[in-house]
Amino acid sequence: MPSILGKRSGSVPGFGLSLGFALTYLSLIVLLPLSAVFFKSASMGWAHFWEAATTPRVLASYRLTFGASFAAAGINAVAGLLVGWVLARYDFPGKRFVDAVVDLPFALPTAVAGIALTSLYVGNGWIGHFLQPHGIEVAFKPAGIVLALSFVGFPFVVRSVQPVLEDLDKGLEEAAASLGATPWQTFRRVIFPSVLPALLTGVALAFARALGEYGSVIFIAGNMPMRTEITSLLIISKLEQYDYAGATAIAVVMLVMSFLLLLGINLLQARIRKYQEVEF
Amino acid sequence: MSTSVTYARTIPAVRSRSASGVVRLALIGAAVLYIGFFLLLPLAAVFVQAFEKGVKAYLAAVSEKETLSAIRLTLLACAIAVPLNLLFGLAASWAITKFNFRGKNLLITLVDLPLAVSPVVSGLIYVLVFGLHGWFGKWLDDHDVRIIFAVPGIVLATVFVTFPFIARELIPFMQSQGKEEEEAAAVLGANGWKIFFKITLPNIKWSLLYGVILASSRAVGEFGAVSVVSGHIRGQTNTLPLHVEILYNEYNFMAAFAAASLLTLLAVITLIAKKIVEWKTEKQIATSEAEEYV
Repeated sequence: MPSILGKRSGSVPGFGLSLGFALTYLSLIVLLPLSAVFFKSASMGWAHFWEAATTPRVLASYRLTFGASFAAAGINAVAGLLVGWVLARYDFPGKRFVDAVVDLPFALPTAVAGIALTSLYVGNGWIGHFLQPHGIEVAFKPAGIVLALSFVGFPFVVRSVQPVLEDLDKGLEEAAASLGATPWQTFRRVIFPSVLPALLTGVALAFARALGEYGSVIFIAGNMPMRTEITSLLIISKLEQYDYAGATAIAVVMLVMSFLLLLGINLLQARIRKYQEVEF
Repeated sequence: MSTSVTYARTIPAVRSRSASGVVRLALIGAAVLYIGFFLLLPLAAVFVQAFEKGVKAYLAAVSEKETLSAIRLTLLACAIAVPLNLLFGLAASWAITKFNFRGKNLLITLVDLPLAVSPVVSGLIYVLVFGLHGWFGKWLDDHDVRIIFAVPGIVLATVFVTFPFIARELIPFMQSQGKEEEEAAAVLGANGWKIFFKITLPNIKWSLLYGVILASSRAVGEFGAVSVVSGHIRGQTNTLPLHVEILYNEYNFMAAFAAASLLTLLAVITLIAKKIVEWKTEKQIATSEAEEYV
């Protein structure tokens, strides 16, 4: 019957308008401005670009940014898996509250996180004054950068592993236990392999976020060139000196890095979906 | 015989349950401690330091002229950026979920692109386009139009960083809803706007609201991108997060935390609103699933 009415009257209207607006807006707001970075760096010439992107001060900032992001991602792998597991598997009073608080680093403006963490960890801060007598300094040291980056990356890991742990087939664990596996063996051999792709995705997302993070870091970092200066801050100081070419060269390196990371994350997520389709 | 078998089987089970009870308590304790120490303590630090000199000093700090103008600018940027991105989100998700066309997957990927760009670089790209040495810098200068280090630049940077939020909530949700209802309405002769307002919008309202909450929260709190294009002129091109930075760097900690407490309050409200909407959409999905069984 519907075939008599023909295709036109049965299909939803608005294709031209919606796609036209979406593409125009996307091009004007995102694609065109973003292409400016690549045009600008292309106009520099390879030698000049390479020189600007690899001065000793810039290289030191890459080392610090990547190192601190990696350390923070490692901390979040452990803490995120722990919290994700507890929220997915156990019931306890206040669970809904804890679950809501996990997203706090997403909702809290980065500058607020930055000044709050700094005030806690400076020598006379609530936590700092316990650490200082033991010679442990966090604020204005690379440790402070790691701390701020673990704060902003935390929800990525929890929110990646939590749904996978909730959906995990408990029958497999019971089977492992009835075959005589200890809880630790069950975790290592059954649970961990199934949650690993989601864990890696969450860690990679947290790492990608940390690479570009600015607001939460600059207050606690100390911002000493060669020592506690992150790459994002270096881009800003180049801009403040009107060194647009230098800022752009570093920006392109960071952009390419995060594009590659996100490509890897997408491949990982495709693998998770495939795995889940096979499993369930 | 049978009793001894059950006996042998229950003993290890009971023992492992009590052992796992200890593990369970330890894990819950560790998780709650971590959340309290790393997430809630900074939150408390904001409010304690904001009220350090009493309520009167707090009220004076948040009602200071420059703070108020920072709040106004922040709300203005949010009020322009979020509706624009709402229109984009609706258009993009309508095209993607109701029609088939070439390059659809590419479009879905491009929607997420701004998430891959760090805040500072998000600001930098607009400096390269509209800044004095940028593509249109000379032309804009000749016509006495200021975008960078002025309010339009702040709005643009806010639009960019909040660009994906609404679209990426709507696209998967509308995909899961299908297009049968809209097609039925079209067969019955309803026009596009009627279909949208009477059928699609009521279906997607919670998902839409969720995207708007996420986008607004980011718009108000954005720091890095806005910092690059702002020019930091007090009372003119300072958003609330930038104002917090200035006060803090002037060692005016109490005022900095007072301004920060407003942003923190908004973050807490965002979290609560998000949970309510999540709960509503779960209920909606649950009812539609239940309806399928009926």
